[in-house]
Parts: sequence; structure tokens; C-alpha cells
Amino acid sequence: MRKILFEGIARGSLTERPPVPDEAALAELAKSVNKESQIRLGRSLSIRQVDAGSCNGCELEIHALNNAFYDLERFGLRFVASPRHADVLMVTGPVTKNMREALERTYNATPGPKWVVAVGSCAADGGIFAQSYAVEGGVKDVIPVDLHIRGCPPSPVDLLKGLLALLRHVER
Amino acid sequence: MAILDAITHSTVAERHRPWPRALVSDEGWRQAVDQLATGRLVLLGLWGDAPSVHMALLDESAGEAAVISYVCKSGKYPSVGARHAPAIRLERAINDLFGLEAVNAPDTRPWLDLGFWDVRHPLGKKTAAREQAPYNFLPAEGEGLHQIPVGPVHAGIIEPGHFRFTANGEHVVRLEQRLGWVHKGIESLMQGATLEQAAKLAARTSGDSTVAYAFAFAQAAEAAMQIKAPLRASYLRALMAELERLANHFGDIGAICNDASFSLMQAQCAVLRERTLRVAEAGFGHRLMMDVIVPGGLGRDIEPKGLAEAAALVAAVRDVFLDLTELYDNTASLQDRTVTTGIVKPELAAQFGAGGYVGRASGRIFDARRTLAYTPYDKLSFEVPVRDEGDVNARVWLRIRELEQSLSLIEQIIGAVPAGAIKTPLGRAKSCEGLGFAEAFRGDVLVWLRINGNGRVARCHLRDASWFQWPLLEAAIEGNIVADFPLCNKSFNCSYSGHDL
Repeated sequence: MRKILFEGIARGSLTERPPVPDEAALAELAKSVNKESQIRLGRSLSIRQVDAGSCNGCELEIHALNNAFYDLERFGLRFVASPRHADVLMVTGPVTKNMREALERTYNATPGPKWVVAVGSCAADGGIFAQSYAVEGGVKDVIPVDLHIRGCPPSPVDLLKGLLALLRHVER
Repeated sequence: MAILDAITHSTVAERHRPWPRALVSDEGWRQAVDQLATGRLVLLGLWGDAPSVHMALLDESAGEAAVISYVCKSGKYPSVGARHAPAIRLERAINDLFGLEAVNAPDTRPWLDLGFWDVRHPLGKKTAAREQAPYNFLPAEGEGLHQIPVGPVHAGIIEPGHFRFTANGEHVVRLEQRLGWVHKGIESLMQGATLEQAAKLAARTSGDSTVAYAFAFAQAAEAAMQIKAPLRASYLRALMAELERLANHFGDIGAICNDASFSLMQAQCAVLRERTLRVAEAGFGHRLMMDVIVPGGLGRDIEPKGLAEAAALVAAVRDVFLDLTELYDNTASLQDRTVTTGIVKPELAAQFGAGGYVGRASGRIFDARRTLAYTPYDKLSFEVPVRDEGDVNARVWLRIRELEQSLSLIEQIIGAVPAGAIKTPLGRAKSCEGLGFAEAFRGDVLVWLRINGNGRVARCHLRDASWFQWPLLEAAIEGNIVADFPLCNKSFNCSYSGHDL
């Protein structure tokens, strides 16, 4: 174990420079985030991830945010285990009919002020599953959404760009 | 036609490939169930196709598959689950989707229809939605028992499912799963879709196995249409499949150790996973390699630098992975959590035909790449690692050994990829049927496809390995402590989306 730890120190950090916040995300957030919530939240955000019907592709890339290359926590962003501890709900998937109620309950369990980030093309509008009897549609069809990060799945860099835009809005 | 020799059948479907499909009556159906119950055959799948039900069977020793079809009488067919437990959930799903009823079924509770749809039997004779009714979990009685309901929304970045634990103090007496939350209606969206659209849907059945699903779907389509993907495409498909296996096995090994609070291993494995995904992106333009495999071959060729990057990845992994393996092996506190935890008995793995590391860690020597060898694996040399202990530790070691095999396969592929075309034209459409398999990182994916005269999908069934692994998790956790459930669950890493469809 020591060998691996020493090698890590000798090699230096793998963590990469942060990307520039996404312009489109900044524009979308300018409309949805109000001043009051910006003042109250400070510069640290707790994120609760909810899979409302995804194929699990988005989850894989959200997971990757925690690896050494992206190191999400250096920005003050972290994933928490309960909606009660969360400022941000990060929702993936077309919302299935079976998950609608669970998503609503999770949203209601999250204390305000709160934001919802819809991740992935399916979360935007249902994606290729939109026409199904088993699908409600995008996340915005069930709960209010503040920010969309599109992609199938969005890469960790895309996710970071969106989240950094969110953080910048909070700091202002 | 060895499987069908022992099953009384009438007509054999004319254009079902590469294995035969035969029509059976009550007698043939019963004979097939006999053979499943006695363990001579393995159940590969059971699905609806109103007004029929189809059952895919495997003769493991012969490496042969077959499909039998039973035309339901007034929407009923003899239950397979009554005598062969692995079919129970499949029958419940058929009832929810098609309204076809298994006579004498041991469990008639709904499975995928949780009471939220606007329609009942969406793939059969549609009727108005059913009433929301309480779901009766199986009873567990005794002094001092308590229940712990978990989910569908879990405390992590994972898919939704409900677990109902009954525990006596710390010890789990019974676990019952309730799944179906991420049911997206994929098979209904498939109907009438073009092959291109359908391939995209198949590739999003379970995102972590997107390559394997696209591979299996393409093989089903190509078998049906009697075409062959060019050899270059086949080799590159296998390259992607092995990169996908590497990435997922790295992720799993790290995550299992993390669930025993050994985060060093998680951090190291996550780096290897990320490196693998970057090589995938450099070669194929997408980190998960979605939509690269299409019926007929590939939608795009590998980038010129792709093979060199893959070779560099193999070297980089070899450089560190032995140290990580030793770290796992030499950390007593970690071994203390994984050894003898969550044991799957070999009899159960065999009965359920459990694929992937779940089956192979419990003595079941089955790997679709070997048993149902498809191109290019029939031209490559690799071992299928097997262990007998069936515990979390065995499932970790299985992944380690499979990683080594994947590294060797990638090297062989790099040395053998021929030049040439990457796609064979699909040719003129005519109605036909095909059965395709691919070995995903977690086990075999089955795709059954019927194409109609317009070249569109008439019916497509996708069966994830998870269908036969989830029930074993219920058995594996029995007698273990609640705190070890995350470890057991992660060592299975079943797909929710692939199961719920």
C-alpha cells in the first residue's frame, strides 16, 4: 500500500484545470436563480442525484466527476445521500410513469432554496423514449427545472461546465 | 437440431436463424419444462409475442440454442415457473405486458406494472389501467423480526429499485426485491421502428453495456438477414466490447472495495476506468462507444491513432494493475469483509443459468464468447476463469482474472485487425427472424428479433443477464448482516434498466 501511496505523491496530481462555465447554462440560470437564494447558499452546494428512469449511462459519467481527473469536491460541490441534505437535485432519465411519484416526493423532501439540474438528453424531453406509454417525458414535465445539461450522456467536462455555471450564479 | 430432437414439435420456422425455432403444443412445452427442471437444459429467455409465448433454451454441453413457441389458448399457457423457478419473474412480466396468463403459476403478482401506467397490457390487448392496489410482500414470521424498506430512490448515484429486508437484529432473514421502476417500454418503442432506430434503443437498454447490446442486436439482425459484417468490423466490435469490459470491471472492483470503506482502491481503479474511457473516445469518438456498432457492421471506423492508444492503455494498465491486485490480496481488513460474504451456491447458479461473474464465481462455466462462440472470438485465444466459492471475494477475483484476459484479447485484436470495409449493405428486406448473443461485462445479453417485409422491426425482445442474477442476490444475502448488503449488491452489480426495459 505504501508503494502505491508514494507513487501517487511522486507522480503529482492527475487533477485537470477546470473548464470554463458553459455560456448557455449561464443564460438559462440568469432567468431561474433569484438573488435571495444566491445570498443564502454561499459557495458550497450539496447535490442529490436521482435516477428517474435513465439507462444508467448518465450515472456512469456523473460518477466520473468524483475521480482524480475531475475532482468535483475541490469546487465545493459534493454528492449527499439524502434529499434533506441537498441544495441541488440532479435528475437523469426520461421520467418514467413508475418513477414520477418517487421523484415528486424527493423534490418535496428537499428544503428550499433548491435547484433542479436535468442531466442528459432524456431528462430534457424524454429523448428517444418520449413516445412510450411508460414515460411521462422530460424532468420539467414533473418538477421545475433550473438548468439542463444535454448529451447522451453528457461527458464529465460538460457536467462540470454546467455545474460551474450554477456555482458562479450562487457566488454573485 | 439436438435440443428439438427431444421435444415434440410441429413446424419449424422457415427463416429463424442461426438456431431453429419450432412450434410446440402442450406435450412439447411440458417436455421442455421437464428438461429445465431436471437441469438438462438451461432457460435462456421467456417472452411474449401475442398470441404466442417463446422460450429460448440452451444445451450447455453442446453449445447449442433453440427457441420453442406455444400459441396460447384464450390467452393462457402452461406455467414454466411452477416447476422451474427462474421463469417466475419472466411470467409475471409477460402477464403485465401482454395479458398472457401462465396457468398454475406460483406467483401472480404484477412485476413491471406498478399501477402507474394509463394502459394495461400495453403490448397485448390493451385495456384500461388497473386499479392501484397494495403490493403484498412475501411474509416472514417470527419473534423479534423487523422490516427495513429501502428505495426506490437510493442513497447514492445508482438506479432505482425497492428492497424489502426482514431482519433479526443485524441478520437478514429475507430480502425481497421489487423492480420495474425504470420501465421505459423499450420493446413497444421497438415495434415498427427502422433497424437504425431500434439499434439505438437497444444501445440504451443498459448504458453500461451499450456496446454489448448493440453487438447482440446487430448479430440478431445479421443472422436474420443472412449477412455477415466484414471481418474488420467484427474485430473492432470485439475491441470495443473488451474496452467496455475493462472500464466496467475497473469501476466495479473499486466500488466493491469502497463499500468496504477502502477508498484507496476506489481512487486507483477510477483512474484506470477514466483512462479506458478516454481511449474509447480517442478511438471511436464517444466515451461509452454508443451507436458505433450498427446492423451490418460499424457506423464509423476507428480513428487512425485508435489502435496505438489501445496498445498504450494495455501497457499502462499492466504497469499498475499487479500492484493493485496485490493490494487487494494483502489487505486483511478488506478480505475480512469479502471472504465468505454473500455466497451463491453452485446449484443455484446452475439452476438459474446465471451468467457473467455471478455464475462463473459459483462454478458455472458459461461465457457466450466461448459456449456460443461468435466472430471474432472463435478466432481469438482466451481463458474463461471460473471459481467455486461463490462469495464476494470470488466475484472480485473473477473480475481481476477477466481483466487480464481482456488485456490479452485487446493485444490479439490489435495485431489481427484486417484492413477493409466496415459495413455490409443490408440488402432487400424480407420477413425473417434472428437470435443474437453477446457477452456483456455482467453476463450474456440475448436479443430476439423479427423483421417484417418492410425491413422494420415487428417484434424485438432483449434479455439482460440480470434477470437470472437478481433472484440469486436474494438468496446470497440470507444470513448475512444488513451492513454487508451494499457489498453483496455491488459484487453482483445487476442492471435495473436492463431488467426493467
